[in-house]
Amino acid sequence: MNRRIYGLENEYGIICTSDRRGGKALSIQNAVMYLFREIISGRMYPDVFLENGARFYQDIGCHPEYATPECDNVSDLVSHDKAGERIIDRLSVAAERKMQADGFLGRISVFKNNTDTPGNTYGCHENYLMDRRVSFRQLASQLIPFFVTRQVFAGAGKVKSTNRGGYAISQRAQHIREEISIATTTARGIINTRDEPHADREKYRRLHVIVGDSNMSEFATYLKIGTTAIVLRMIEDNFIKQRLALRDSVRAIQQISEDVTCTRKIELENGKRLSGVEMQWEYLECAKQYFEQAESDPITDQIMARWEYVLTCLETDPMQLDRELDWVIKKKLIETYVKSRQLKWNSAKVMMLDLQYHNIRPKFGLYYKLEKEGRVERIVSDDEIENAMHHPPETTRAKFRGRFVKLANERKILCGVNWSYIQLYEPYQKLFLSTDPLQAEYEEASRMIYSI
Amino acid sequence: MPAEKQQEQRDKRPQDTEDVQPDQEVVEQGDEIKEDLDQLLDEIDEILEEDSEEFVENYIQRGGE
Repeated sequence: MNRRIYGLENEYGIICTSDRRGGKALSIQNAVMYLFREIISGRMYPDVFLENGARFYQDIGCHPEYATPECDNVSDLVSHDKAGERIIDRLSVAAERKMQADGFLGRISVFKNNTDTPGNTYGCHENYLMDRRVSFRQLASQLIPFFVTRQVFAGAGKVKSTNRGGYAISQRAQHIREEISIATTTARGIINTRDEPHADREKYRRLHVIVGDSNMSEFATYLKIGTTAIVLRMIEDNFIKQRLALRDSVRAIQQISEDVTCTRKIELENGKRLSGVEMQWEYLECAKQYFEQAESDPITDQIMARWEYVLTCLETDPMQLDRELDWVIKKKLIETYVKSRQLKWNSAKVMMLDLQYHNIRPKFGLYYKLEKEGRVERIVSDDEIENAMHHPPETTRAKFRGRFVKLANERKILCGVNWSYIQLYEPYQKLFLSTDPLQAEYEEASRMIYSI
Repeated sequence: MPAEKQQEQRDKRPQDTEDVQPDQEVVEQGDEIKEDLDQLLDEIDEILEEDSEEFVENYIQRGGE
């Protein structure tokens, strides 16, 4: 597929602390309730579609979760992913004010990461609309080695408290237990088999990816989604001929995560040994050949160039990528701080730094401190993000949903909204189904809705 | 790694390494970057002022998806 739907879901970590020293904290459940109060008045369960087409809801484990609207290019997706952070940040500021009015002086901290202190995990899920005709076996076998190794640029990094100076590339790798699995909360797999396309099932499948980390870096999100999309296109066109199957993929994903030099070789099924970076070169070289005959576009060209740039740097010294990759940006910042303040690596302050990198409030988040000083690469502008907070993408069905939600909110129309349908309850029951997420305009539905 | 060295490395990236005399402008830039970095580290001090230990210990989520 040349044009594809992308979506990102992020589960956020949340904690509410008292401003009074030693004061009692507010439970996560209560904090989340305050967070949602601003946008859902009177509804029982916090689950709502927004005027930008996104879905915001409370997920398993009491996490606030933001799912971007359907985007058909990676740049829009980055804007909408960032828009989600800002929407939640603004809601958390509003929630603090409400708490204060109720007599609780405290602060809500929201983290876009994937692990808490004792080691519970929560996810960042990528969604790709795919051609239904691809065999699942082929899809899984060609994707697994890619997912095992793309962490070298997509990992969000994690301080390991267990040993001195320990640092892992990926937050999520240690929680992956299977190659292929339907489970999302227990035996998590490199390939997840959930397949709800919210579209014509005969034509499309949905690839639901739960193996990745949440990224703060726009560059990392851009490259993670962009390279995956390129690999998916090659799989759909049956172009990948290299045999890259790994002997033990679950072990390999952990071994690669544990090696910040990115040089450790892992064993392939055919006995060859390659590093994660070398595996990525295999995919990139294949993609270069692919685009000698396949149609490209400016964003794809840019992703190809950045993919190559990143692999070249990773090969010589990963620490060069301290403006681009989350795991490198964070590692370098923490190491610099630890050295200048003479801290022990396993001190609470170091753990706190790791957490605060992912704090989505610009005033406290370390990523945002660096961004403010121009120390990280950007993909989109603040204006584009602000726009994505209020407006859906123009070229997918999210456009229709977003306009409808806005209208329904303004006019207080009784309705039900989901990814693939819009239902009016008044003046009479009417259901509009959308089986093609790549279509932005629905004439009949528009006429009906805007005549109300 | 000190900020000056980072800057040097970054400057080297696009072209091959050559032996050159220190350029005064580059040295000054390096000093500025170090000052910026010091300021950043001070700001981090402020963020960490609260009780990190208690905060980190209390950061417990339920497992998600």
